[in-house]
Amino acid sequence: MFARSLAALALVVATLLLSSAAHAEEHVVLWHSYRGDEERALASVVHTFEVRHPGVSVEVLTIPFEAYAAKIQAAVPHGNGPDLFIQAHQWIGAYLAEHLVEPVGAAFPDEDVAAFDAVAVKAVTHEGARYGVPLANKCVALYVNEDLVESDHATLEELTRAAAPRLPAGGYPLAYSADNSYYHAPFLHAFGGRLVDDAGTFAFDGPEAASSLAFVRSLMAHGTIPEEPSGALVKELFVSGRAAAVIDGPWLMADLGAHVKVRYRVTPLPKLAATGLLLRPLLTVEAVFETRAGAARPIVAELGRWLGSAEAGLTRAREGQQVVPRPALWADPSLASLANLRAFARAASSAEPMSTASGMQAAWEPANQALKKVLRGDQEPEAALQEARHRWEDATRPLPPRASPTPLLVLLGAGCLALAFVLVTRARDPRFRREVRASLPAYAYVTHAALVVLALVVFPLAAGALTSLFAGTREAPRYVGLANYVGIVTARGGALLGHGSFYLTLLVTVLWTAVNVFFHVSIGLVLGLALSRPTLRLRAFYRVLLILPWAVPSYVTALAWKGMFQRQFGAVNALLRLLGAEPVSWFSHFSTAFAANVATNVWLGFPFMMVVVLGALTSIPKDVLEAADVDGATRGQRFRLVTLPLLGPVLLPAVVLGAVWTFNMFNVVFLVSGGEPDGTTDILVSEAYRWAFTRDNQYGYAAAYAVLIFLLLAGGSRFFGRRLTAEGAA
Amino acid sequence: MKRLEALVAHVLLVTASAFAVYPLLWVITLALSPAGPGAEARLLPIVSAPSLDNFRTVVGWNQSGESWLFAHQLMNSLVVSLATAFVAIAVATPAAYALARFPFVGAKGGLRALLATQMFPTVASAVPLYLLLDALHLLDSRAGLVLVYASTAVPFAIFQLRGSFLAIPVDIEEAAMVDGASRARAFFLVVLPAARPAIAVTALFAFMSAWNEFILAATLLSRKTAYTLPVVIQSYVQEQSTAWGPFAAGAILVSVPVMALFYVAQRQLVSGLTQGGVKG
Repeated sequence: MFARSLAALALVVATLLLSSAAHAEEHVVLWHSYRGDEERALASVVHTFEVRHPGVSVEVLTIPFEAYAAKIQAAVPHGNGPDLFIQAHQWIGAYLAEHLVEPVGAAFPDEDVAAFDAVAVKAVTHEGARYGVPLANKCVALYVNEDLVESDHATLEELTRAAAPRLPAGGYPLAYSADNSYYHAPFLHAFGGRLVDDAGTFAFDGPEAASSLAFVRSLMAHGTIPEEPSGALVKELFVSGRAAAVIDGPWLMADLGAHVKVRYRVTPLPKLAATGLLLRPLLTVEAVFETRAGAARPIVAELGRWLGSAEAGLTRAREGQQVVPRPALWADPSLASLANLRAFARAASSAEPMSTASGMQAAWEPANQALKKVLRGDQEPEAALQEARHRWEDATRPLPPRASPTPLLVLLGAGCLALAFVLVTRARDPRFRREVRASLPAYAYVTHAALVVLALVVFPLAAGALTSLFAGTREAPRYVGLANYVGIVTARGGALLGHGSFYLTLLVTVLWTAVNVFFHVSIGLVLGLALSRPTLRLRAFYRVLLILPWAVPSYVTALAWKGMFQRQFGAVNALLRLLGAEPVSWFSHFSTAFAANVATNVWLGFPFMMVVVLGALTSIPKDVLEAADVDGATRGQRFRLVTLPLLGPVLLPAVVLGAVWTFNMFNVVFLVSGGEPDGTTDILVSEAYRWAFTRDNQYGYAAAYAVLIFLLLAGGSRFFGRRLTAEGAA
Repeated sequence: MKRLEALVAHVLLVTASAFAVYPLLWVITLALSPAGPGAEARLLPIVSAPSLDNFRTVVGWNQSGESWLFAHQLMNSLVVSLATAFVAIAVATPAAYALARFPFVGAKGGLRALLATQMFPTVASAVPLYLLLDALHLLDSRAGLVLVYASTAVPFAIFQLRGSFLAIPVDIEEAAMVDGASRARAFFLVVLPAARPAIAVTALFAFMSAWNEFILAATLLSRKTAYTLPVVIQSYVQEQSTAWGPFAAGAILVSVPVMALFYVAQRQLVSGLTQGGVKG
């Protein structure tokens, strides 16, 4: 009896234990930045995994590409990151430097290696360890319009020659983003050159690179390829049947989707007859990485291995249109209809994996600038490439030597002592004590604001400012004292007003601010006054129309403006042609590129000023204006002598802040001109941004820029605004 | 004379409206063309075969569950932005009032410091903010995001409101206080109503600063259901290609509530005008 009940009890306990084991939710977090079909295919594959592993839940999070890298760098070191994340292989170098990833181990065991494309395996391998499970290959290939080009051609030249007679008016035999180094790489490789060498050093120079540039320049000169070819333009030319062939990646296929009427096929890039070598594109391998938190858990490795498996790969290829780097997979009958995707798989196996070295990241900007200058005809290839090399060397030069922190600590200590001394002497002063006591009621009104601003505005800024004394990665920062500042202020040893120097950029920034603020305030004032006429018809209608530029997110509208300034197809040049003027190549000269930036920013900014003026006008007592009327003032006098002086103090804070914000308005410059031509329209803050994100992640250097900007603005506002700030802003 | 002036005003406003609207027509064209816009040098943005497919894609019409997600994210955006405007105004108004009316120790320095915070460019300030919210256990929460947005809007709000408080004659609140109202009562019943237009402008500003922001939102939030709309829209931008159609459609959807809000807020702006401001 007793034994039986004991057995029953044991059974109950065992069942409880087992069931709790089955329900012990294992939670796995996976981050990615996929969209559309790729996102859906990933979700479906993850769902299958969950079904097969009861008790395991996988949280899949889409993060916008723009914020992806920053988010991973913020979250992973503090244990808030995912277990796995999908990213392009060329980030391995940077992630290893910051200890963000671990070898994937069991997710990609030795026995799996043979099934993957050797190029992809090589791409995710770093010093003998594999850091990612390859999921998809991305490289460019040739999209051919089948109505214009019937058969395959062995060389690019043959193809363009065959296509030329059948093209419609205004058509091009070939179109691709020629002014982007990523797209230029196949040409560079066909001439025997490289962007960076095995050691990660800039290699986009020498006779091979120069010949590749001269070759593309002649393509453009002969009308074989279009000018200022943005990705969107390339797509449109192809869709409308005005490009016989385009060079682009698999993303174009997803983009074309079902709406497109043009009949096309994809082939790997052919040979270049000029050299007899293959046009080998750069290869990016999207792989799933494991963070430290993830690497410790077997279930994470299992998920990683599953994502790369043949079965999951089949789904990702079929539903997500991914170029899965498993050669055997493409023999599967269910993929038989995906001939274009298969062509990408073939293209990838002869592609050149992008270097994971940090020098690669720093190579894009100088390489693109050289490319653009040569294609615009501003400079000869040799000279442009030599300059590009100098810029790369400048951006990647060794870190400044470690400095002793003693001077800083002594200075800090002295500062604290001095502050304490001042406080103590003042606290003993009875008058000051009386004043403080009298101020106590006021503090009740301001304390919470002070706390919030101190914690969430001042603290992050101070932390940023402190970074300016360091160099190197976040993981292993090196205290370098004022070396970053010295570098900036001495223009890194170059000419003080030379290309990209602090002083030249400062001049551009001041001009930028002055012009913008002038237009913002004058347009805002005129429109505000016009709208404030009480007898005006359609007032509400105008008001809503005029607020629109502020209402629509600027990250979209700034890009619409950029499109309007496109040389061949932009609306601004269409207007110029209508007026009988010559079309302008807006982004090839400083003055026109600057004007394009200003036009965009004025458009974005005037509604804000207008609203502020409208608000401020309400604060003018009506009786004052009536009194002026009674005194016989004309409208002009009334505006000049009554409205403007009364408006001034209310408008001033908005104008001062508007000037400060314009000084630091990074979005417009970045999205519209992008610093074109040759970085001349960059302002200080976009220069700082480049140091932080495109030139070798030199956060310390960028922070020094930020502190200098701050000092300039603080000094400037005191200099210009002693009287103004006394009344208005401060 | 009056007629001529009105004509001039209309011509001016029509020109300005055309300037304001024209680039948006291109955005609308993008949003309505499923295959993207044609590559012709055109002056007028015309859609050859308009379709709402891009809007359906953004809203997730075709997939079950996705529209619900979109509605949820729209709700997040609304809640976060309205809360930001509310918190920013609630924090800034008393401070601005004190700075306008009381000469207290540290007032000048405080104002100067406040202005200074606006001068420091925020290149890569996401990481310190991330650490801070992590320490406060406010990561991945609406409250944390609202706090961050509101605090960035507070300095401007204080300046703007202080300016309008300065423009309100001291006599009206003193009159109220002579009549027996406490200072707080005078502030709530006399000063605040008079400053209503400025408060509306400032609230709109705070709302906008939260409404369109995506970098911080994407960095600080880690759940799909917590995302705000700009984060969702921004994910149509990829490294090599941008899905222009859905991107533009999303931008238009995002701006509709702002226009509605402005339509409501502008009554506040007008009422101040027609009531003759602060005659009291």
